[in-house]
Amino acid sequence: MIDMLSRQAVNLKPSGIRKFFDIVSEMEDALSLGVGEPDFDTPWHIRDEGIYSLEKGRTFYTSNSGLKELRQEICNYMKRKQGVTYDPLHEVLITVGGSEAIDIGLRAVVNPGDEVLIPQPSFVSYEPCAIMAGAVPVIIELKAENEFRLTARELEDAITEKTKILILPFPNNPTGAIMERKDLEEIAEVIRKHDILVMSDEIYAELTYKEKHVSIVEIEGMQERTILINGFSKAYAMTGWRLGYACGPREILEQMVKLHQFAIMCAPTTSQYAAVEALRNGDADVQEMRTAYNQRRRYLMHAFKEMKLECFEPFGAFYVFPCIKEFGMTSEAFANRFLEEEKVAVVPGTAFGDCGEGYLRISYAYSLDNLKLAIGKLAAFVERLRSEKEV
Amino acid sequence: MREELLAIVERNSRIDLKELAVILGVEEIDVVNELEAMEQEGIICGYHTMIDWEKTSIEKVSALIEVRVTPQRGQGFDNIAERIYKYPEVTSVYLISGGYDLLVSLEGKSLKQISGFVSDKLSTLDSVLSTATHFILKKYKDHGTILAKKYEDTREKVTP
Repeated sequence: MIDMLSRQAVNLKPSGIRKFFDIVSEMEDALSLGVGEPDFDTPWHIRDEGIYSLEKGRTFYTSNSGLKELRQEICNYMKRKQGVTYDPLHEVLITVGGSEAIDIGLRAVVNPGDEVLIPQPSFVSYEPCAIMAGAVPVIIELKAENEFRLTARELEDAITEKTKILILPFPNNPTGAIMERKDLEEIAEVIRKHDILVMSDEIYAELTYKEKHVSIVEIEGMQERTILINGFSKAYAMTGWRLGYACGPREILEQMVKLHQFAIMCAPTTSQYAAVEALRNGDADVQEMRTAYNQRRRYLMHAFKEMKLECFEPFGAFYVFPCIKEFGMTSEAFANRFLEEEKVAVVPGTAFGDCGEGYLRISYAYSLDNLKLAIGKLAAFVERLRSEKEV
Repeated sequence: MREELLAIVERNSRIDLKELAVILGVEEIDVVNELEAMEQEGIICGYHTMIDWEKTSIEKVSALIEVRVTPQRGQGFDNIAERIYKYPEVTSVYLISGGYDLLVSLEGKSLKQISGFVSDKLSTLDSVLSTATHFILKKYKDHGTILAKKYEDTREKVTP
């Protein structure tokens, strides 16, 4: 009785991560380098504010767009960090995680047949969201030799008359790549020339280890054509609170608010109160976590160098993306065998797009002790593969 | 690098120097020099070990004692503080703002030993006006470390 299902839903490929997760979760004692969320607890003062809001009985819906206080704090934050101004009443929407903003943002702007440009490797939900919005996803394969940045040339080559919007996923999950100001200026020229929109997913904005994150909205002529997405999950270790937001032009936000209102009503109230506290008093926590991530990042880069595993140095998010092409096996085969023999889970690069073939995503959202243990096992495994090859 | 270095060794003074250099992104010799410099300057005053004595078979009793004293002309509280901190059973002495002057922590083998120290040694000092002794019943957190429970990773093992 296949007719009872939506063909579009049936045709969606299940997430490559899911498949791997099922294998890993059967192994009780497996170590994991596979998570996409911080290992820190949400800072106590933020949790405390959530608890306090419950005590005070703040258990009702908020307005569809979210608490006014929170939208105001987001505008203050954008001004403080990126130097751009948004109107809290019309240009900010609080969503259920960045994920919801991706979904409704695409649905708000695309028409059937429009092309959505998706650089890959990247987060797993852009492509299915584009498809479910009725658009045609067009993949741009990012390259290791460009440190997985998006170049103006690659963008130019992918644009057609049907191109509606570019998804810009930086700092990037899974590669850890960032786009610096000059990179953004170069692609901005192409974007302006072809008059397309941008959805900039900046959920990892706080986690960069070179210079401060630069947003595309800082570049001339970009703010008015960009849906900027951010949230609390990564910066404040608040994944389970499910809270994100979108900032953008009023005309687009109006449509997003409608979709949000009919599907979700409003983001969780408790989380919104906690998020106000995060934005007001959370800078020091973010700094502390960033410092810890950076130490682990340096540790991993050093460890890869020692085991002679090829890896470009990533400066964002909390992932490294080493290359395993030398072993002549697929990412999935490598990950499966590594799990089987050493009981350590890493995510095959192909979970984030076909062009992730030959790479692994390793998360450093783990304590140094944990990383040391797992990386020791990786070194032993790599050694074994190399000696097998020699025979 | 100082601030970051201090933050790390404050939590783990046994960390390997080579590893310390790697995670700070500097040379090992720079770490060694910096640590030595800070020892010289008295910024780093020691490398201690945190022990949860409760978990051993060794009996230990600790107490916090509020002490009110008469400060001395020209000396303030320093003289009396010195007289107190010289006792080996005293583990810390702080000058405090508020209702009393010195907060003294003591470690001993038994309640009797501690109360004996307070009544015989501490209370009888000339400038001491009064003492109030608080025995520590349980330590939940000490030096930024939670003693009560271990960290447990409850995250899903693989997530996007």
